[in-house]
Amino acid sequence: MQDQLKSMEAEALARLDAVQDLAALEDWRTEYLGRRGRLAQIMRGLGALPAEERPAVGQVANQVKARLEAAYEERRVALEEEAKARAFRAEAVDVTLPGRPPALGRLHIATQNLREISSIFAQMGFEVYETPEVETDEMNFQLLNIPPHHPARDMWSTFYTDREGVVLRTHTSPGQIRLMRERYPAEIRAILPGKIYRYEQVSARYEYQLHQVEGLAVGRNIHMSDLKGVLVAFAQQMFQGTRRWRFRGSYFPFTEPSFEMDIECVLCGGGGCRVCKYSGWVEILGAGMVHPVVLQNGGYDPAAYSGFAFGMGNERIAMLKYAIDDIRYFFANDPRFLAQFG
Amino acid sequence: MRVPISWLKEYVDVVLPVEELADRLTLAGLEVERIERIGDFWDRDKVFVGEVLEVRPHPNADRLVLATVNYGAPVPMTVVTGAPNLKPGMKGVKVAFAIAGARLIDGHAEGRQMMTLKPGRIRGIESAGMVLSEKELGISEEHEGIMELPPDAPVGTPLVDYLGDTILDIELTPNLAHALSVTGIAREVAALTGQALRLPAPREEGTGAPAEAQATVEIADPDLCARYIAAIIRDVEIGPSPFWMQRRLTMAGMRPINNVVDITNYVMLEVGQPLHAFDLDLLRPKQPGGLPAIIVRRARPGERMITLDGVERTFDEQMLLITDGGGPVAVAGVMGGQESEVTSETRNILLEAANFDYLSVRRTSQMLKLSSEAATRFGRGLDPELALLGAVRATQLLREHAHGQVARGLIDVYPAPPERPVIDLTPQEVERLLGVAVPAERIQAILESLGFGVAAARPGVLQVTVPTHRRDVRLAADLVEEVGRIYGYDNLPDTLMADELPPQRRNLPYLLTERARDILVGCGLQEVITYSMTNIESVARLTPGAPPPDPASFVRIANPLSQERNIMRQTLADAMLQTLASTLRVAGRALLFEIGRVYLPRPGQVLPDEPQRVCIGLAGPRGPRAWGCDPSQPLDFFDLKGIVEALLERMGVRGAAYEPLTSPTYQPGRAATVRVGEQVLGSLGEVSPAVRDAYDLPPARTCLAELDLEAILALAAQIRQMEPISRFPAVTQDLAILVDEAVPAARVYELIRQGGGELLRQAVLFDVYRGEQIPAGKVSLAYALTYQAPDRTLTDEEVARVQGRIVRLLEQKLGATLRG
Repeated sequence: MQDQLKSMEAEALARLDAVQDLAALEDWRTEYLGRRGRLAQIMRGLGALPAEERPAVGQVANQVKARLEAAYEERRVALEEEAKARAFRAEAVDVTLPGRPPALGRLHIATQNLREISSIFAQMGFEVYETPEVETDEMNFQLLNIPPHHPARDMWSTFYTDREGVVLRTHTSPGQIRLMRERYPAEIRAILPGKIYRYEQVSARYEYQLHQVEGLAVGRNIHMSDLKGVLVAFAQQMFQGTRRWRFRGSYFPFTEPSFEMDIECVLCGGGGCRVCKYSGWVEILGAGMVHPVVLQNGGYDPAAYSGFAFGMGNERIAMLKYAIDDIRYFFANDPRFLAQFG
Repeated sequence: MRVPISWLKEYVDVVLPVEELADRLTLAGLEVERIERIGDFWDRDKVFVGEVLEVRPHPNADRLVLATVNYGAPVPMTVVTGAPNLKPGMKGVKVAFAIAGARLIDGHAEGRQMMTLKPGRIRGIESAGMVLSEKELGISEEHEGIMELPPDAPVGTPLVDYLGDTILDIELTPNLAHALSVTGIAREVAALTGQALRLPAPREEGTGAPAEAQATVEIADPDLCARYIAAIIRDVEIGPSPFWMQRRLTMAGMRPINNVVDITNYVMLEVGQPLHAFDLDLLRPKQPGGLPAIIVRRARPGERMITLDGVERTFDEQMLLITDGGGPVAVAGVMGGQESEVTSETRNILLEAANFDYLSVRRTSQMLKLSSEAATRFGRGLDPELALLGAVRATQLLREHAHGQVARGLIDVYPAPPERPVIDLTPQEVERLLGVAVPAERIQAILESLGFGVAAARPGVLQVTVPTHRRDVRLAADLVEEVGRIYGYDNLPDTLMADELPPQRRNLPYLLTERARDILVGCGLQEVITYSMTNIESVARLTPGAPPPDPASFVRIANPLSQERNIMRQTLADAMLQTLASTLRVAGRALLFEIGRVYLPRPGQVLPDEPQRVCIGLAGPRGPRAWGCDPSQPLDFFDLKGIVEALLERMGVRGAAYEPLTSPTYQPGRAATVRVGEQVLGSLGEVSPAVRDAYDLPPARTCLAELDLEAILALAAQIRQMEPISRFPAVTQDLAILVDEAVPAARVYELIRQGGGELLRQAVLFDVYRGEQIPAGKVSLAYALTYQAPDRTLTDEEVARVQGRIVRLLEQKLGATLRG
C-alpha cells in the first residue's frame, strides 16, 4: 500500500506539472485529493491492513496528502498570478500617449500680474481701493497740483470727453484724492489698481489703454526712507533674484521730493541690451512724498501728516518680468499669447 | 538738451570721468539718456588737421581736383577730391585729412555706414588719402563739401585732439526750466561735484546814440509780459559765425545759419534766454516820423500775420503779440514774423530779450499748433532776470562777431521785478520727509551750491532765499527735494514703516470679483481683456434690424485716436464677439470670459456709472480635437447655461430663474433671461445667424452671455452655514414621466420639489428623450430622486408614499403619465 501511495504521488505530481489553468487544477484536485479521489480510494484500503501496520502507513498517507496539498497550493498561487498578469497585460496602455486634456481655464496675464503685485503689497498691509476711470479734470489734474495749461500736463497725453471738464483718467493718481477725502483723518495704506488711458499712437512700446497700480500711505510718521524700504521689498519679491536697484531723482507734480526706481535690467542682468537702452537699468516705477498741496486737497494738514505715493505700469512690469517685447499683445487677446502664461 | 563737455568746461571744472558724471546727473534728476562721443572712431595716427598747400585741376576729369595737403608728415600728400568748395588755385585752407586705413563714415551711403579708407586710382591718378566732409567724420549729415577748419588750427595734430568731444544728451523733466542751458547744467554739475561755478558776466558799454533815443518799447499787457529789453545794434555785417560757435551749435543740435541768428541761438543755449532779432529798419513808428515802436499787447480779433515758417496765422484775443506801429511783428515767445525778419540785407537790429507768461506762451503755441525752441523754454517758465544777461551777452557777441555798433544802454521795461521768496527750513523738516538726519551745515552747503541764499535767522532755522532762476521752488518740501537729490536718494536708508498700521480693511466687492474670475477659470474659460472704447457701428451689429444706438447716450471721446474708438462701451458683448472671431481664426475652439466695466452716463451726474459686467463667449466643439476626446458636438446653450449656473451657485446666488428671451442678438428659441425675483441678472443664448455674420464668425453655434456683476455681488451670500449631513441612509429611486413638449422642465422640477417635501433631498434630471416609443408632441423626462431623513432610516412605505404624491401632482397639474 505504501508503494501504491508513492506511485500515486509520483503520478499526481507529474500530472500537476502539466496543469495550465485553474479549471484543470480543480479537476486535478478532485481526481487526487477529492472525497472520492485517488488518495481517498487508497486510504479506504487502510482498514484492511493489520492493526500494527496502520499507523506507519497512515503516517505515510498523511505525508503524501500534505505534500500533494502543498504542491496544489503552490501551483494554484502560480496560476492565479499568471492569470492576473495576463489580465494586466491585456489592459496595459502606452504611457507615452498624451493625457486627456482637462478643461483648464486661465487668467489673463495682466490679471495674474496685478494679483501678484497686489498680494505683495497686501502682505505689507496695503488694502485695495478702486476709483472711476472716467474722471473730472479737477481730480485727474488740478487737485494733484497740475493747473490747466501747466507744463507738467505734457507728461500725460489725455483723452477728453464731450463733456467739459471730464477726461479719461491718465493715471490712477486721482484715486489718492478720493481715498484721502473718504478716510480723513485715519491713516492710509492702500494700493489703487485699475485701467488708465493715454492719448498715444499704438506701437510696440505704447498702448492707449493700460493698467496701473498706485500706492498711497498717509500717516503722522512716514518718511521717504520708508518708501524706499517698501519698494525694495516689493522689487525683491516681484523680480526674484534682483540684487541691484537705484533711486533716481525725478519729477511728478503731486509728489515732492520725487524719484523713480530702476532695477538691474532683468533681461541682460545689467550688461546692457536693447531693452535697457544699453544702460543696464530699467525703470519700474515712479514715487515720492505726497506733495503738501495734494495732502491738503485730500484734507490732511501737511504739517502734521506726511505720506508717500508710487505708481507703476502693470503691463510694463509684466513685460520686463516675462520678456514680452510688444505691448500690443496684451489687449489683442491672441490665444497663442495668452496660453503661454499660467 | 545736448551739452558738449568742452562747452560745459568753460563754466565748471569736470573732475569726474564722463560716465560717472552722467550717473551723478541721472541720479540727481537730470537723466542722461545717451553719451555721444564725437570722434570716437578717428584714428590718432590716420586722421589729422591738414593744410591745403595747392589745388590743381585733375587732368582727366572736370569735376575733380588734385589737392596737395600738409598733414604734419615730412612729405605732403596729393589726393583726388570732388569737393565743390575746393577750387584750383586755393591754398592755405585748413581741413580734416585722413590717410589710407582710417575708419570713416561712408559719405555716399544712407545713415552711418562705417568704411575703411583704401588707397586707389581715381581717373588715373593715385590717391591714398581724403579731405573730409562733416558727414565722413560723423559730425553732421553735411556732405556737400569738405569741412573747413579755422586758420589757426594746428597742422598735424590728430583731429580727435582738436575736434573730438563728448556730448551729454540730457532729458529734462518739465520742472527743470533752470537747467535748460549749458550754464544751468554747469550749476548742477558744480553742486554735485563740489566745484566752483564760473558764470559768464558780460559787460557791454555800447557806443553811439543811446538805445532809448532809437526806438520805443511799451508793454500794454504786463500780466503776460514781465519784462521786455530791447538792444539796438547798428551796421552789423551779416555773414557766417565763427567756427567755434558753429561747432558748438552743431553739437548742441542746431544748424548754423548766419552770425546774427547763430548768436541769438548760442546765447539761448548758453544762458537759457530766448532772443529775437528784428530788422530795425522794418519796424514802423506809431506816428509818421516817430521812432520804431514795439508794443507788447494781446491780439485784436482777427489779427493776422505770416510767421517765419511762411504760414499765415490768425490770432485770438488771448494771444500775446509783439507789434510795431503798424501791426503784429511776432507771436510773443513763440515765433517771429516774416516781414521784420533779419535777412542778408539787414544793417540795423533791434534785439529782443523778454520774459513772457509761461501759460500764455503754452496756450498760444498749442492753439496755433506752432512749436519752437523759444516756446518750449518760455512755456516752462523763465527767470525774468535772465533777460538782462541774455541781452548783454548777445550784444557783446554781435559786436565781436558781426562787427555791429552797439547803442549805449538798453531799453528795459520791467514793471514788477519778482520777489525772491524766503522759506524757513529746519533740519527736522528735512528729517521728517527724508527719514534721515542731515546736518544743518550740509543742508546749507547743498542749497548754497545751487544758488540759494541761506541765513541762520533763528537758532535751528535756516532762512532760505530762493534765487530768481528757481521758479519751481516755493515750499519747504521743494527745498527738501533739492537736499535729497544732491544728498542722493540712494544714500537714504531703506526702513520699515514705524507708523502705526491702520485698521486693516477688506474690499469685499474686489475680493468677490476676483472670486468670480476664479470660478470662471475653474469652468475652463480663458480670461480676455478688451478695449473700453468702441464705436456705434460696431455696437449696432449686436441688434440687427433695430435702429443703431443713440451716440448721445454714450460717453464720447472728444479727441479719439480713430473713429473706430470714439465712445466708451456699454456692453462687453461687442468686444467678446470680435474676440471669439479672432480666436477662432487661429484656434479650433474658444471658451472666453471678460470681467470689466461699462460706462453709463446718468442724468444729473457729472461722471458716468461704471458697473462691472461679466461676459462669456463660447464657440467650437465641446471637446478639443485630441485623442480620447469627443469633438463631434458643438458647444451650445446648455454648456453656456451650465457655466452661468455654476457661477451663480458658487457665488452663493440662490433662486435664479431662466425665462425664454426674444432679442435680435440671439437665435429665437435659444436664449434666456436670468433673474432672481425681480432682479434681472442678464441674458444668455446662442447668437443669431445675422449677428454671427456681422462679426465674421463661422456659421456654427456661438454662445454669448452677459451678466450684471454688481447685481450678482449684491445677491452673493457671503457666509453659508453648514447643513448637517444625515447619518441615515439615502434611498434613490428613478422616476420617468411623459409630458407635453411645451411644458418647461422648470415646472416639472418645481412640482417634484413640491410633492417631495423635506424628505426629497435631490432631484437630478438624467435623461430627456423624444423619439421611438414616445408619442409625438411628448417628451420623456427621467429623474433620479434621492430621499433621506435627518433623524431616521426611511421605510419603503414612506418613500413610496412621497413618490406617489409626486406622481399624483404631476398627473393632476401637467397631465403627465408614468413611463413603464
